[in-house]
Amino acid sequence: MKDLIRKLVETVGPSGYETAVREVVRTEIEGLVDEIKVDSLGNLIARKGQRSPDGMRVMLSGHMDEIGLMVTHVDEKGFVRFTTIGGVSPATCIGGRVKFLNGTAGLIYMERLESGDRLPSIEQLYIDVGASSRDACPVKVGDVAAFDRPFLDLNGRLVSKAMDDRIAVAVMIQALRECQSSPHELYFVFSTQEEVGLRGATTAAFGVDPELALAVDVTRTGDTPKGVKMEVSLGKGPAIKVRDSGMLADPRVVRWMVETAERNGIPYQLEVLEGGTTDARAMQLTRAGVPAGCLSIPTRYIHSPSEMVDYDDVRQSVRLLVELISHPVSLG
Amino acid sequence: MSANLTLPPGTPRIEEPQLALLERLSNACAVSGDEQQVRKIVLEEIKPHVDEVRVDALGNVLAVKKSSRADALRVMIDAHMDEVGFMIVDDDKEGLFRFAAVGGIDERTLPGKTVLVGKDNVPGVIGAKPIHLTEPGETENKIPIESLRIDVGAGAAGKVKVGDRATFATRFRRVGDSLLGKALDDRLGVATLIELLKNPPDGVELLAAFTVQEEIGLRGARVAAYAFHPDLAIAIDSTPALDLPNWDEHENTGYNTRLGAGAAIYIADSGTLSDPRLIRHLAQTAEELGIPYQFRQPGGGGTDAGAIHRVREGIPSVSISVPGRYAHTAQMVARLSDWEATLALVFHAVLRLDRSLLLAGR
Repeated sequence: MKDLIRKLVETVGPSGYETAVREVVRTEIEGLVDEIKVDSLGNLIARKGQRSPDGMRVMLSGHMDEIGLMVTHVDEKGFVRFTTIGGVSPATCIGGRVKFLNGTAGLIYMERLESGDRLPSIEQLYIDVGASSRDACPVKVGDVAAFDRPFLDLNGRLVSKAMDDRIAVAVMIQALRECQSSPHELYFVFSTQEEVGLRGATTAAFGVDPELALAVDVTRTGDTPKGVKMEVSLGKGPAIKVRDSGMLADPRVVRWMVETAERNGIPYQLEVLEGGTTDARAMQLTRAGVPAGCLSIPTRYIHSPSEMVDYDDVRQSVRLLVELISHPVSLG
Repeated sequence: MSANLTLPPGTPRIEEPQLALLERLSNACAVSGDEQQVRKIVLEEIKPHVDEVRVDALGNVLAVKKSSRADALRVMIDAHMDEVGFMIVDDDKEGLFRFAAVGGIDERTLPGKTVLVGKDNVPGVIGAKPIHLTEPGETENKIPIESLRIDVGAGAAGKVKVGDRATFATRFRRVGDSLLGKALDDRLGVATLIELLKNPPDGVELLAAFTVQEEIGLRGARVAAYAFHPDLAIAIDSTPALDLPNWDEHENTGYNTRLGAGAAIYIADSGTLSDPRLIRHLAQTAEELGIPYQFRQPGGGGTDAGAIHRVREGIPSVSISVPGRYAHTAQMVARLSDWEATLALVFHAVLRLDRSLLLAGR
């Protein structure tokens, strides 16, 4: 599964510009599903199976987009100014490398600050692509870029940009490969524009009109030095989301997920996330409302160029997802 | 007289009638939530030219101009009727009224401005303390809106009540290529959309949405898009031009758009990542026909497209704006040539639309 993960995380696909990621996903799932369609916002919606009497219409959503940057201005000397796509902090930019959709590479640096210890604002940063003038610059206003860091395997702790949320995309694809049978009409939605406000999932959910919704996304951990106080850690299994800042998971869905994990001896953690939300919120509020929850993959350093997951957690997430979708759901 | 743009024959132009219409629209009072004055003008202007028109529950004007083609693309074009302004919230007696802003207004631009209040356009002023009576240091701080009052004079106190809306008292003027007036955001869009209904591009079903309450959360557009359920949408708005030179003579890298540089195509704002197919289509149309255009700097701001593209199963959307300086203040400054370029670009872009555009992937 590591090759699949590497292929996905190393693709450039910021919100609104997910085409390359979509093509990777399509290649991986073709033949595994009954129907594939791409909607107006670029969501890849793959249907597997028909709804049997003890099944439901279930929507799974993992987002293909990553945070990134968009060019706002190229100055006379060829330096590139930019705005952010999604939650990009200046702290993770300085000295970092980027790759544009058109292949151009560059690095981010900053203007000299007035007082030495303040963080720069995005307006005080710029990208240097090695051009000496505006005319010689290979990028223009509107071009998009993502962080550029290679995939690393550190003893089973995998590090890359865009683990958020390509690791979930990989988990969904692997679950699709391993799921032998299901009573449900399953919609594997590889969504777009999550990072800028759950936009893809909003419209995809309206179209799919599911009876049950599960997002697959990353969540942060509390296991780093002087880190945020949180129960979730790497290496303790997939996290079952109880709530985040945008959604209270349906308690029946949480219970179903916990029971499934326990019945199959799959390690799990309960997650309360302060700050951040997922596609599950958008699915929960669609049309007349949908019971919703989220399967979370614990991740350190989210929204930095080096996000870290534990490979065992990833494998256990696949196992849990397969068990969840392969049997009737009792929401009770 | 129209601006001196060279445009293909058959392109709708801005002449005296269009300018007179813009003047009526700019001078009308239509603060978010009570757009009646502008709605009335819109309905009068478009009724003879459309096949269907209705006013929906929120006050949007929804008009349809059908096509003779059987499988015509259904194209929604949107412009918002409301402007930012004020609402009277408390009566302090003797003609003094406490007020709140409706929509985003910079408090620093308020002291000393003249306003018109309510349906009868009662004149008033947002009073400022005479400078020779200010304390040392007082002039360094902005006056919070809670401390400001609209003063209509004790004699007119009976004509104003809590809940009345007020606008800047600015009257529209055209000076050469310059258009000066309040609420050009988005009366320029409204005037453009009216013109498109009078001179419709052939071959598409035109779904015109004159929306309400854009300035307070894109509320009208959301329901209008749900009702229309179009194949794609174009929002016509006005966007800030921050193109004055920097004092320190470093290059101005945050100009957003520039006056005189033509119609501004949106790539991304805070609410929408424009559909790349529509961005390309607009830019190519402009290039091939020699219509002046620019790309609005990505980031910040928003238009009705922010609500429209997320409705139902999603609607491919893009925005295009007439640049204007001093948006959301008493007076915007825009250029007739930029307006004419915007009208021309939307007209020709819609004329050249083809279903195959949407079949290509994003």
